[in-house]
Amino acid sequence: MPGMIRRIVAASAVVCVFAGVVADVFAQSTADEIAKYRDALQDGNPAELWEARGEEMWKTPRGPKHVAFASCDLGQGAGVVKGAYAQLPRYFADAGRVMDLETRLVWCMVNQQGYTHADATKTVFGNGSAKRSDLEALAAYVTSRSQGVKMNVPLDEPHVHDMYALGEKMFYYRGGTHDFACATCHGDDGKRIRLQDLPNLTKVEGAQKAYTTWPAYRVSQGELRTFQWRLNDCFRQQRFPELVFGSDASIALTAYLAGRANGAEYRGPAIKR
Amino acid sequence: MQRRNIVRTASGALLIAATAGGVLYGCASAPADRADGQRAEAMLKSSFKAHGQATLDRLDQDETQRLCSEYAGRALPQPVAERIEKANLATIRFPADGKLVGDWKSGEKIAQSGRGFQYSDDPTKPAGANCYACHQLSPQELSYGTIGPSLYQFGKRRGFTDETRRYAWQKIYNAQAFNACSNMPRFGHRHILTDAQIRDVVALLVDPASPVNR
Ligand code: HEC
Ligand code: HEC
Repeated sequence: MPGMIRRIVAASAVVCVFAGVVADVFAQSTADEIAKYRDALQDGNPAELWEARGEEMWKTPRGPKHVAFASCDLGQGAGVVKGAYAQLPRYFADAGRVMDLETRLVWCMVNQQGYTHADATKTVFGNGSAKRSDLEALAAYVTSRSQGVKMNVPLDEPHVHDMYALGEKMFYYRGGTHDFACATCHGDDGKRIRLQDLPNLTKVEGAQKAYTTWPAYRVSQGELRTFQWRLNDCFRQQRFPELVFGSDASIALTAYLAGRANGAEYRGPAIKR
Repeated sequence: MQRRNIVRTASGALLIAATAGGVLYGCASAPADRADGQRAEAMLKSSFKAHGQATLDRLDQDETQRLCSEYAGRALPQPVAERIEKANLATIRFPADGKLVGDWKSGEKIAQSGRGFQYSDDPTKPAGANCYACHQLSPQELSYGTIGPSLYQFGKRRGFTDETRRYAWQKIYNAQAFNACSNMPRFGHRHILTDAQIRDVVALLVDPASPVNR
């Protein structure tokens, strides 16, 4: 069943690409993208490879202390994975902080498995087989176990509520050489940059559709990417300095967009352009 | 004056109010007050690291950016809009030799290029303006964005006059001189483009021989 949901998401992505082509051009690069989509579809979503690697890692004792993630509490109790992602970010009293999935995984690696923070965050975004990211694999595994679960970020919890409000501020914060904010590119319906459709993330439907499909396997990169990566890369396009992995701004924006997605079924990891 | 009836949203869109007079406030859910803004700013500072040319001072807002962030998502009161436009109009510089129109072919290349100012870009290479990211221009280029209006036939529609040329120069130099909190970058004021580059992009818009006007 989860595999099927993924295939439907993937198939609708292909339909979108074709619709764009009919309305616009058959630029060579677009044609290439479609060919890549077709290939990817035939083999199912490659995100499954990351999920499998992540599951293996989740269950195997790791790190200097030789501890498995069975003791890692993602908010639903030690070791519980099912449905956990749909209720993140949330406040963790043991850490005294609101955390998203990736930040929580790092916390468990440092505090339970004995890694240094530097080691745990050495490769947050992978690059080919030479530089694989454990975090991306773990995130793929954990998120896949929320497929079909309705997003339910605990916005009533005061710390989460606070982060949500700051995330909203951040979304509208204009700066840099180009005066861009998230809202510049994601604040209106039906806009696009070149031929890429831009979701209106200020609307609940837009946030739901976008948030519930990350992490995603990016065909153009041949990598599975997490929501932390998505934010990092949009800030790059925004001409801002580099977003620090797991920083408060990254968690605030995640809380804002995940909270806006509440009520929608989680459908990731999806497959995207 | 017509202006009273125009309410601006901070995203740069214009809403024409049905009723006469008065300034309309607050449509959408507005991100809250100033104190929150300052906390957000402190959070930003601790959440980024300098990377190449993208240094931390990119997070510092000028008055225009601060006001446009503060009023984002709701109607921009007319006095604030006027203040922003006045301040931005004052930044506009015309080239010393008075020449506003360059080579449209070079302008087309500048309008196509999205390179520049990202930490992933080589700062020793000239930056582009990526006008096509947001606008339709030459009809041959079908891969264009829609954040801004179509500029196809810009010169032809407005007339090949001095006024059109001066407006094009100024709009590219600082879009917010005419439309507070516009989503369009202020290419001259923020030193994204050089005078010579602006001249060439102006040509793309106003030269009768440019594909934009054919
Ligand atoms: C300069 C324009 C620009 C800015 C500014 C920008 N983005 Fe994006 N964003 C894009 C583009 C383009 C895409 C689609 C990328 C693609 O399809 O490859 C995108 C995609 C996304 C997506 C994924 C949508 C989906 O359905 O998969 C999210 C979420 C997102 N952006 C959030 C943000 C946030 C939060 C900010 C502010 C930190 C931001 N963006 C700033 C251009 C921008
Ligand atoms: C990030 C998106 C963006 C980019 C990039 C951009 N613009 Fe714009 N532009 C807009 C928006 C939005 C408007 C409408 C609001 C306004 O008038 O400021 C606009 C308006 C304009 C207008 C006024 C049109 C009129 O009829 O008055 C001109 C001229 C223009 N842009 C030229 C350019 C040129 C030339 C470039 C490249 C150098 C460019 N723009 C790059 C977003 C953009």
